[in-house]
Amino acid sequence: MKTPVLRLDRLGVAFLIITIGAAALAPILALVVPRDSAFAMPPYVVALLGKYMCYGILALALDLVWGYCGILSLGHGAFFALGGYAMGMYLMRQIGTRGVYANPILPDFMVFLNWKELPVAWWGFHSFAYAALMVMLAPGVLAFAFGWFAFRSRVTGVYLSIITQALTYALKLAFFRNDFGFGGNNGLTDFKDIVGFNVQSDETRAALFSLSALALALSYVIGRAIVVSKYGKAVIAIRDAESRVRFIGYRVENYKLFVFVVSAVMAGIAGALYVPQVGIINPSEFDPANSIEAVIWVAVGGRGTLVGAALGAVTVNFAKTYFTGAFPEYWLYALGGLFVLVTLFLPKGLIGLLNLRRRAAKPTPPSTASLAQQEEGAL
Amino acid sequence: MTFVRFVAVFIFVCCATAARADAVDDALAKFLDNKFTSTAQGVNDLAATGAANAPAILDALGDNRLLIDPVARIIVYQTSGGDLINAKTGEKLSGVGADSFKKVRVNNGLRSAIEAAVGALTLASPDPQKRASAAEAVFKSRDAGALAVLDAQLSRESNPQVAEAMRQARAAIIVLDPNTPSADRVGAVSTLKARGDQDAQSLIDEVAAKSDDPAVKTAALAAEAAIKAHLVWLNVLQNLIYGVSAASVLLLAAIGLAITFGVMGVINMAHGEMVMLGAYTTFVVQSALPPSFLQWSLAVALPLAFLVSAIVGVAIERLVIRFLYGRPLETLLATWGVSLILQQAVRSLFGANNRQVVAPDFMSGSYDWAGLQITTGRLWIVALAIIVFAALQLALRATSFGLRMRAVTQNRRMAAAMGISTGRIDMFAFALGSGVAGVAGVALSQIDNVSPNLGQGYIIDSFMVVVLGGVGNLWGTLLGAMVLGVANKLLEPVIGAVLGKILLLVFIILFIQKRPRGLFALKGRAVEA
Repeated sequence: MKTPVLRLDRLGVAFLIITIGAAALAPILALVVPRDSAFAMPPYVVALLGKYMCYGILALALDLVWGYCGILSLGHGAFFALGGYAMGMYLMRQIGTRGVYANPILPDFMVFLNWKELPVAWWGFHSFAYAALMVMLAPGVLAFAFGWFAFRSRVTGVYLSIITQALTYALKLAFFRNDFGFGGNNGLTDFKDIVGFNVQSDETRAALFSLSALALALSYVIGRAIVVSKYGKAVIAIRDAESRVRFIGYRVENYKLFVFVVSAVMAGIAGALYVPQVGIINPSEFDPANSIEAVIWVAVGGRGTLVGAALGAVTVNFAKTYFTGAFPEYWLYALGGLFVLVTLFLPKGLIGLLNLRRRAAKPTPPSTASLAQQEEGAL
Repeated sequence: MTFVRFVAVFIFVCCATAARADAVDDALAKFLDNKFTSTAQGVNDLAATGAANAPAILDALGDNRLLIDPVARIIVYQTSGGDLINAKTGEKLSGVGADSFKKVRVNNGLRSAIEAAVGALTLASPDPQKRASAAEAVFKSRDAGALAVLDAQLSRESNPQVAEAMRQARAAIIVLDPNTPSADRVGAVSTLKARGDQDAQSLIDEVAAKSDDPAVKTAALAAEAAIKAHLVWLNVLQNLIYGVSAASVLLLAAIGLAITFGVMGVINMAHGEMVMLGAYTTFVVQSALPPSFLQWSLAVALPLAFLVSAIVGVAIERLVIRFLYGRPLETLLATWGVSLILQQAVRSLFGANNRQVVAPDFMSGSYDWAGLQITTGRLWIVALAIIVFAALQLALRATSFGLRMRAVTQNRRMAAAMGISTGRIDMFAFALGSGVAGVAGVALSQIDNVSPNLGQGYIIDSFMVVVLGGVGNLWGTLLGAMVLGVANKLLEPVIGAVLGKILLLVFIILFIQKRPRGLFALKGRAVEA
């Protein structure tokens, strides 16, 4: 190929530099720089930023399906949580005899529930490789099964959105049950080790942050590679004029399914990186409100930009951390207001604002996408 | 001749009453000793006389209100109002205080003897309702001591229903008694089988397990199977009733959503909050009205809740949704934001805790109809759902506004071309849908916790109803609500509430594979919008 695979714009380059730079710099600031120095990163900041990175990956995954394929998933939190649970199960089995009941095989909650054997779903999770595989496989298979049904029968628009919401709602109900076998209401927690390192130690936290930042960069590269490819062009066309693409002869459902599954796997990886950093995974991660909150990150940053999604995730979560600390009463007002204001006045998000300033200098013709949309509406 | 007979009867009656009075005197005299053994004797003797004031005296004894003067040999009891009444004559004593008497002592053994005695006496009460409930109490307690009284009463019982209750009580006592002849016990088993409820079943289970008499055992086993089959049917019917009740709640919550979604094609995620506002309106109405108007509070709350929710709905439509026309996904997000704001606003105003909404008298209580439990409140909600449904049908079918609304639902652009102001129709449809949600909130305030999160629980369920029913017409919503409500309640006892809900969600996901636009889909070009 003549053109570089990614065709990175300036924004993309900046994004990669920042994320990879952060991944390299954070361990130094957190571990090497003395604690009393102004540049030192306290452990809680490392954990917090690590969380933001995971949210960033989730937002990026969501942007891939919503921003580029027009599928508004209100259930991406389910894929995130499934990845998290897969990692949580690995971490649970690493506890071993250090649990309260000191059972070498069964996690504490199973002993407590008087179970005698490990359920089949938990087999193999003592191995990190298997767990890592499941982190991708569990959300991937679910997304494939769901998407295969939904896209083939041409469920679109708000119907699809609500069905995805119902999906995560159903999973939440299921995971709340004790006999479902994943810790019920309390979820999985009290983790000790990850691949032999203490999850609580500063070194591990710094390493997890760096990994999350690198994963974010990698997600961007993968996402970018998809959307600038020929394949990606078809996906964008589906977003703008689905029927027309179908009439031309493309198998729309296959394109949608591919993007949906890739996005779900990304969300799963985000969840897997998230769990060791926050130290707990429980069914409330499946809450529909969480998934829809992730959508607003994408909207705030600017959908259909990938970089914007990650930017939005970090911005909104920073605001959330600040607000829930300073004025807990007003956070829901702020979040609700954000939903309304962004959809009404900022359809292109923060990135749109940046582009607006640049465009003010040199005017550009209207995008083909919006033209196609108008024609579609007129059909 | 007649005269002679009259005199004879008169004398006989006098003697009988006199004899009875003597017996009462003798029994009462036993209380004067104030020793547990003689008091127990007195209780039994007094109960055996069946005197009219015996229950009152025994009640007083149980509550430490029976007083004696051992010197003057007077026995009195104190009414709950504080009056002192001579137990023998029934006259009210005046000018003496309770402190000039001594209390008759009772212990726990005596108390249970008193309870049994009062139970036996109530079996002889002139009120058939009291007799029946006394027989029911004996059925539950299986007190062998009541057998003699039961037999005596049974022989003179004229009311067939009460007699049946007494026969059942008698059967409950003798069926486990090894001294009763086997034929009688088999008869008792068939009496219990005829009763056929949960209590009878557990009793027969016990008989089948314990009895060593082969005839009784076979009869019990057969009866067990028969009752089980009967109970299964009863259970299904009961769950159907619960299902219809749940369906009416779903219908109320979903029908407003069906209207707005049908007309405008947008999901109002704040619809649940309209329901919540209706519930809070009920709370405010009840706190604002004086307590004497409590019975009428719901009648005031219904129109007010409609108005409050409709106004908020119009505000949302005018301020937010109108600008997002043609972008249903963005509308979904924006209205979600509105719902967060409304929830937090209510939380700031009324606090995060549940608010108490009182049910008026006519809505509390329950019926027992042939073994089926029907709560009055639920019945009213079903009635309200039917009324709302009928009113909306009428509004859509018989008014010009309804005609315009249906036109916009079917084909917005064509309707606009025919001169219908679609913007105004949107606004009114939104007001109508939100108002109906407010009415649903009044109903829900009676059965659910009135909290800021009230609405969130209903938005997914409501949308499932709309997905199942389709937006073609309201009958689809009715059918969708019925299917979901009834299926949910039928599944619940079999596989549990949570698993039942999951199964239904999976069913709906599979259902829309088959019929992506619901049961009652619009036909024609509008479908592929």
